[in-house]
Amino acid sequence: MSSRRSRSRQPGDSRISDDQIADLVSKLQQLIPEIRNRRSDKVSASKVLQETCNYIRNLHREVDDLSDRLSALLASTDTDSDQAAIIRSLLM
Amino acid sequence: MFLCVETTRSYSMEKSYMVTDSEGGYRSMESNRRKRKKMESGTQKVKRGGRWRTEAEQQIYSAKLVEAITKVRRSSAPAAAVHRGRAVREAADRVLAAAGKGRTRWSRAIMTSRVGLRLRKRRKVTVTGNNRLRKPAVSKQEPPLKRRVRVLGRLVPGCRKLSFPNLLEEATDYIAALEMQVRAMTALAELLAGTGASSSNLQPPSC
Repeated sequence: MSSRRSRSRQPGDSRISDDQIADLVSKLQQLIPEIRNRRSDKVSASKVLQETCNYIRNLHREVDDLSDRLSALLASTDTDSDQAAIIRSLLM
Repeated sequence: MFLCVETTRSYSMEKSYMVTDSEGGYRSMESNRRKRKKMESGTQKVKRGGRWRTEAEQQIYSAKLVEAITKVRRSSAPAAAVHRGRAVREAADRVLAAAGKGRTRWSRAIMTSRVGLRLRKRRKVTVTGNNRLRKPAVSKQEPPLKRRVRVLGRLVPGCRKLSFPNLLEEATDYIAALEMQVRAMTALAELLAGTGASSSNLQPPSC
């Protein structure tokens, strides 16, 4: 989409036009890897939203899994303060 | 793991923050480093979405995350792994929200909800006359588009009653932040697994 925003995009809009919705949806579309890879410009708004929700849910699940993994990993180390220092030095 | 950072495809709206970036970018950290060369840092395209993609942001997050979860480890009893996993998740979310610096609704929602105001976040009075005239009626009559929007609003913290444009804005930022969170935690897990397994080269000899 272009940077020309002839429409006023105000949060207080009482009625959001379909064009506006389509515009925003297409922007969101670019974020979702699944849709982006398909290289199709004709993804419906409903599909974009659906994929967005799925994507967020997947990310949540991934964070959950990682959290469990991290907690398990941390539990298995004895010297946590050492670990933290090491990791920090590795990261910085 | 294949990054395509396109500066051309990112939208420049009045709040241009959309950076189309890695799809599996959360898999490895060196791809993040590679991304940094093509990163549109400092340009007008990097606002909110781009913020989450910088390596600096991720490192800051990782460091704070390490502190937070080592605290979790120390404080919580060696109880069920589920609890500790949950605690880690909440700590990770908290640090993530804090990194948002309160600029977004989802980050503020996370920060306030962690203080125990979860009820307040969820039990807000349903305003039926909001700007989209959302019908709290049978979902069957609701067009699937609106329904999906509502689902999205539930997924992004604190964004249930948001108007559609704002919701998309929040969702965009939230997704970028989540991706960074995944990247950081993955890298951290790999580090920990590495240092845990091969404790010869990294750990000091005398603990």
